[in-house]
Amino acid sequence: MTKIISGSELASSLEKSLPGSVTDSNEVDVWVSPDSLFEVCEALKNPKGLDFSYLTSISAVDYIDSFELVYHVLSMRNNYSGVIKCRCSSDGNGRGEPTVPSVTGIWKGADLQEREIWDLMGIKFDGHPNLKRILLWEGFDGHPLRKDYLG
Amino acid sequence: MNYLPGFIDFYTLYDFCLTLFQNFGFGDNAEWLSYLTAGVIISFIVINLMILSTAFYTWFERRVLGRFQVRRGPNRNGPFGIFQPFADVVKLIMKEDTIPTEADRPVFTLAPIALVAPTLLIMTVIPMGESSFLGSLNIGILFIVGVTSVNSIAIFMAGWGSRNKYAILGSMRGAAMLISYEIPMALGITSVLLMSGSLAMTSIVSSQDIWFIVVMPLGFFVFMAAATAEISRTPFDQIEAESELGSGYNTEFSGIKFAILFLAEFMAPIVTAAVVATLFLGGTKGFDPIPGQIWFVLKMFVVIFVLLWFRATWPRLRVDQIMGFAWKGLFGLGILNIFIVAIEIMIFRTEEGTVGTSNMLIMSAINWVIAVVTLLTLMRIYGQKKLERPIPVPSPLANMGVEAD
Amino acid sequence: MTGIRTEPITINLGPQHPSTHGVFRLRVTFDGEEIIDAEPVFGYLHRGTEKLAETRNYVQIVTLTDRMDYLASMSNNLAYVRTVEKLANIEVPERAQYIRVISAELQRIASHLMATGFLLNDLGALATPLVYCFRERERILDLFEMLCGARITLSYMRPGGVFQDAPEDFWPSLESLVGDLPHYLDELESLITSNEIVLARTKNVGLLTDEQAIDNSISGPNLRASGVKWDLRKADPYEIYDRVKFDVPIGAIGDTFDRYLVRILEMRESVKIIEQCLEQIAPGPIRANTPFFIRPPAGEAYSAVEGPKGELGFYMVSDGGVAPYRCKVRAPSFINITPLRDMLKGWKMGDLIIIFGSIDIVLGEVDR
Repeated sequence: MTKIISGSELASSLEKSLPGSVTDSNEVDVWVSPDSLFEVCEALKNPKGLDFSYLTSISAVDYIDSFELVYHVLSMRNNYSGVIKCRCSSDGNGRGEPTVPSVTGIWKGADLQEREIWDLMGIKFDGHPNLKRILLWEGFDGHPLRKDYLG
Repeated sequence: MNYLPGFIDFYTLYDFCLTLFQNFGFGDNAEWLSYLTAGVIISFIVINLMILSTAFYTWFERRVLGRFQVRRGPNRNGPFGIFQPFADVVKLIMKEDTIPTEADRPVFTLAPIALVAPTLLIMTVIPMGESSFLGSLNIGILFIVGVTSVNSIAIFMAGWGSRNKYAILGSMRGAAMLISYEIPMALGITSVLLMSGSLAMTSIVSSQDIWFIVVMPLGFFVFMAAATAEISRTPFDQIEAESELGSGYNTEFSGIKFAILFLAEFMAPIVTAAVVATLFLGGTKGFDPIPGQIWFVLKMFVVIFVLLWFRATWPRLRVDQIMGFAWKGLFGLGILNIFIVAIEIMIFRTEEGTVGTSNMLIMSAINWVIAVVTLLTLMRIYGQKKLERPIPVPSPLANMGVEAD
Repeated sequence: MTGIRTEPITINLGPQHPSTHGVFRLRVTFDGEEIIDAEPVFGYLHRGTEKLAETRNYVQIVTLTDRMDYLASMSNNLAYVRTVEKLANIEVPERAQYIRVISAELQRIASHLMATGFLLNDLGALATPLVYCFRERERILDLFEMLCGARITLSYMRPGGVFQDAPEDFWPSLESLVGDLPHYLDELESLITSNEIVLARTKNVGLLTDEQAIDNSISGPNLRASGVKWDLRKADPYEIYDRVKFDVPIGAIGDTFDRYLVRILEMRESVKIIEQCLEQIAPGPIRANTPFFIRPPAGEAYSAVEGPKGELGFYMVSDGGVAPYRCKVRAPSFINITPLRDMLKGWKMGDLIIIFGSIDIVLGEVDR
């Protein structure tokens, strides 16, 4: 069975290597700040540390007061998985087009998924090599997966 | 050897017309008039014969492919679906004949005609009875080699004239491939010429006391492979390459132009089968009481079936592999075959320069041994089967944590 | 000799093209026949499944999942209902789990048959292997028709089980199919696996190393063809996969041939799994007592199954209502085309088609 690394475990190990990166954690989840996302992911992938070599998926959820990015990561060598979350918003109301660092430099598999999130949810990824719309056409107005998008 | 009566060749027709016109008092004009009349009649016969047999052939091809692919094939129009080709042709003719705005109109329009004409011309020198439609043309085989080269130009015209990227890619491939495969084809033919000692198709047939496929299997292999490439059938199906280029050189064609391209394309296997049957399978030779023409048609059918077999079962080679096969494989084999045949003829020939039947049998034995050994060796060297699949080793990057059971 | 001036040529391969397996477009730049750049362009089949899911209740969404990977509806159903069960803590009866595994494995065989057939079609084999693959797939679809009345868009599974038990005559038909499948596969392999031209075309073409595959989040047969022994059915057994014995076939170097061979071997393993399920299955209920309007407690769940194309996962967030707050699909076909550009560079036009074909994507899932 794939072991699930709990949020508190992840938080304590991240606090050790990157102090101040974890904003919140509970038994299940761990939230990191958008600014330190790239460093956190780098630390997660480090084969000497947690060895999360495989990025399973990136999801984005619109919680109206903020956006949340959910990174499901997996260590194939040790068969355990973890979840990293990141809350982001660019204005006081949790709207706008927030910018988070792209993790394509760490996991190439994030390439298309980040483009999809930009397309449908409107979260910009800083440092993505080719951040264009992917499922919708260039010039499409709005980001349809947002809760305030009126189709 | 008996033949079915009623076969007309150009010169008998010419003589007939000449006497006719002279009797009707055309005087000096009789000569050119009879040339013209005989030519028109022969063209009419050849074109209609070929178009009808192509129509029948498309039906045959689709039925045979259906058999290969565990399905039935066309079986609705007429008995066994035999009228299906006519329905297809009517459909194609009724379609709109479009020309792309950016196309090179004259080149685009001429391409189908340039493609279909040489194929028809070849048929005039194939001896289907005692002689061919053009009589016993004494340079018959050279005529074939020359006329088939026009194909590559026609295909290039079609691709270039369409101003379509797929079409130009297909015709570029086509030009390169057709020109390359003409050389092994000519080499295969040369060995036949050495054996028969004549360029005329009729004497090539008459010299085959033992079929040349038996005497020189290597030559047959080279010629057959090259001919398959010349008509761009799988595994050499690079010009159309349906799964890669959409439809290749004929992407932009529609209506009657497409019908003519289609006709030329499906006529090619018939013509190839006729040439193969003449050069290697003894042409009209057989035994009584079955007439020679029937023998010829039977042999053609066997060759056509083999070509269809290739088509139904083999995937396509890549473009560089095809060129490699021509230059590295067939070219060498063709040269080797000529070399061996030439030496054997030097040894076995009689005073008149021909080889007797018993000596031909000895030659066959030697050539079969050489052919089998060469082909097996080459398969060992170039074949893919020698590339044994390495035993898969699980990557150290993953560990599922369960005992493999 | 001075070089002849040449220009690269850009071709839009698709969206209408015989070998793009749907409405997929590849903007490829060729130098002659050689690929110097390739960019996938898609979204022509985008239907907004994730947005639609937010306005439907949990049972209705099953029909949406059918239409994602339309060649493997059962696997989509399974992945979805498992996530809902995880979200709402629903226990599934054992018989239902067996039926679900049997149908998912049948679906895997059907999907791999399509992948193999179309790969050979892309190789230029003029539909002959394809028709043979379809012949076997037809029998599987007939079985699905017995199960639920549909053949492609099945909607057979429900949160908590399956919507009806298999009819009596399903079991003998399944047994005869399971008996025939190994022979079918032998026949297919005798046509393809040792074919000289297939070997020449596919060996060492389109290499994807294990590191590359993991880095690019590749999953499924493509990952295993690269030598990575990773299968969710073994690594994280769901349903009753821990009770059946099967092997995880892997490829040697990760070329196109390995991707083909892994699929063939996986079909054989699937047959084994079905055989064991047939021995183990016992009568019992087939659906947990769930209401039509499931209201899972507020929370979130991620659950994945090993689909025919790869790891098919659903990430669902519930706010306690009848419809999910967010339903995100981790679509394997979508993520598997990430390394396409690296894999294609330097190969020829003919290789492009087979490398792309060997990745085996379904546009319904890529675009969702």
